[in-house]
Amino acid sequence: MSKFKEVALRGSQLAASNNAAGAAKFGKRVHLGANDSEVRLIRFENVGLRYGQGPEVLKDISFSVMPNSFQFLTGPSGAGKTSLLRLLFLSLRPTRGLITLFDRDATRLASNEIAAVRRRIGIVFQDFRLLDHLTAYENVALPFRVAGREEASYRAEVVELLRWVGLGERLNALPPILSGGEKQRIAIARALIVRPELLLADEPTGNVDAPLAKRLLRLFVELKKSGTAVLIATHDVPLMDQYDAPRLVLNDGRLYYDR
Amino acid sequence: MSESEARNPARFGKQAPILPRESMTGRSLLAVIAIMSFLAALTVGSVRVAKISTEEWRGDLSNEMTIQVKPADGRDLEADLQKALTAAQKSPGVSDARAYPKEESEKLLEPWLGTGLDLKSLPVPRLIRLQMSDRSEKNIAALRYALSQSVPNAVLNDHHAFSGRLTAISRAISIFGLAILALVLLATVLSVSFATRGAVAGNRATVEVLHFVGAGDSYIANIFQRHFLGVGLKGALIGGAIAALLFALSRFASRIFNFIAGDGDAAFLFGSLSLDMRGYLEITATVLFVAIVTAIGSRLTVYSTLRNID
Repeated sequence: MSKFKEVALRGSQLAASNNAAGAAKFGKRVHLGANDSEVRLIRFENVGLRYGQGPEVLKDISFSVMPNSFQFLTGPSGAGKTSLLRLLFLSLRPTRGLITLFDRDATRLASNEIAAVRRRIGIVFQDFRLLDHLTAYENVALPFRVAGREEASYRAEVVELLRWVGLGERLNALPPILSGGEKQRIAIARALIVRPELLLADEPTGNVDAPLAKRLLRLFVELKKSGTAVLIATHDVPLMDQYDAPRLVLNDGRLYYDR
Repeated sequence: MSESEARNPARFGKQAPILPRESMTGRSLLAVIAIMSFLAALTVGSVRVAKISTEEWRGDLSNEMTIQVKPADGRDLEADLQKALTAAQKSPGVSDARAYPKEESEKLLEPWLGTGLDLKSLPVPRLIRLQMSDRSEKNIAALRYALSQSVPNAVLNDHHAFSGRLTAISRAISIFGLAILALVLLATVLSVSFATRGAVAGNRATVEVLHFVGAGDSYIANIFQRHFLGVGLKGALIGGAIAALLFALSRFASRIFNFIAGDGDAAFLFGSLSLDMRGYLEITATVLFVAIVTAIGSRLTVYSTLRNID
């Protein structure tokens, strides 16, 4: 049985099982998911970020994300959520402080090392970032294609995942003719297809209706249960209320921790 | 498999290119590369033609020398001519020696003095043409010595200075050709660089996605390089083929001119643009070089552009 089928079968079990550390307040270090002795997927130590000569948009951010953990990242618009995600995506470098990803100093990664780290991370963007000239199938298969795998070796896997997200009959559809929800599911499938160790999702339910949002949340929870650490950036309070997970709250560039 | 999937199977095995072809470059770059390649191939071919001609001239001169017997007061020019001829025929390394008749010597002056002049009153020198079987320094020195002993007013011209000038001209043409070639290649690289920058900028969103799904810079650079190698090869082939065709046609045309004119006047007027096999091989090498330069230029540009993306 494939991993995706396993996840699907366990989909109804939504019992929370996060290992988040106890509550921490602003200015204190937050380790989500396990104790200090474990390997941390992400570690931020007093990270600050400013664009050019402007004011700091992120101030003294310190937190860790452990394997097999689940947390939300939330906060009002302009609080620095996107900037924090861009640091996590390795598309920005911090102005100060230390960021480690998979125990590697993110600021010292060479171009090819950044690519290797990104292959261990699944990213879901709010605006999907699908390639409009590729079909749903080709978009989901893109990480395999980039990794140099033969198409025949991943075909069944991609088709199965697309069926699981309810797009088994839209394999050949191009993104411009798909609805927002369908695009979102393709974007999620593309992030999951390589079974990443860490899933970063930016407003993954922002373009879907409530039932589908619930279903996607269930998918993320099951992913966490199968070993993937999940960090979801969202404004959707009702969504967060559906699952008991730690919340990282960004406000005015500072990080608060809320359980 | 559902009914609709069976009706509409996924596009397995034949996937669309990661970067859409139409987003990369239009025909303008192809045209620019074709023009540049045409100029490069024309330069290479012209340099080769010039080299062939100078080598032919040098080859003609290499086995030939001339003795000039100048008229001198109190000396019999005809007797001196005979003495010089005898000395030359006896010299080692000389396979044939022939004195120009007086009429022929005077005829050589016609281009400068015109026809119908009475040259009897002028001190026209006489010439002996030598064919050399061994043109060593030793033989030339021996001949020079023999002449100085028997005919002091005879001068041996080994055409060394003229041959040296031909070598210098040939070298200058080659350097000039190389300089033009370098400029043409530089212009090609710059054109490709601008086009690549445009292509990367036009595909910025796709490049970002590729980065996020784990593609390294080299993977992305390979996609652009493959595309521009194709464009470069196509453009260079078009330009090189037209240049090669032009050389082939000029050879054919000069034959027609010669046939119509009945002598070498056409070649004298228009020069011979006939290219040998090596010349065509050099044009082929230029075509490949332009394609490779295009590919490398695009790769380097992609790397430098990717540093600003992400």
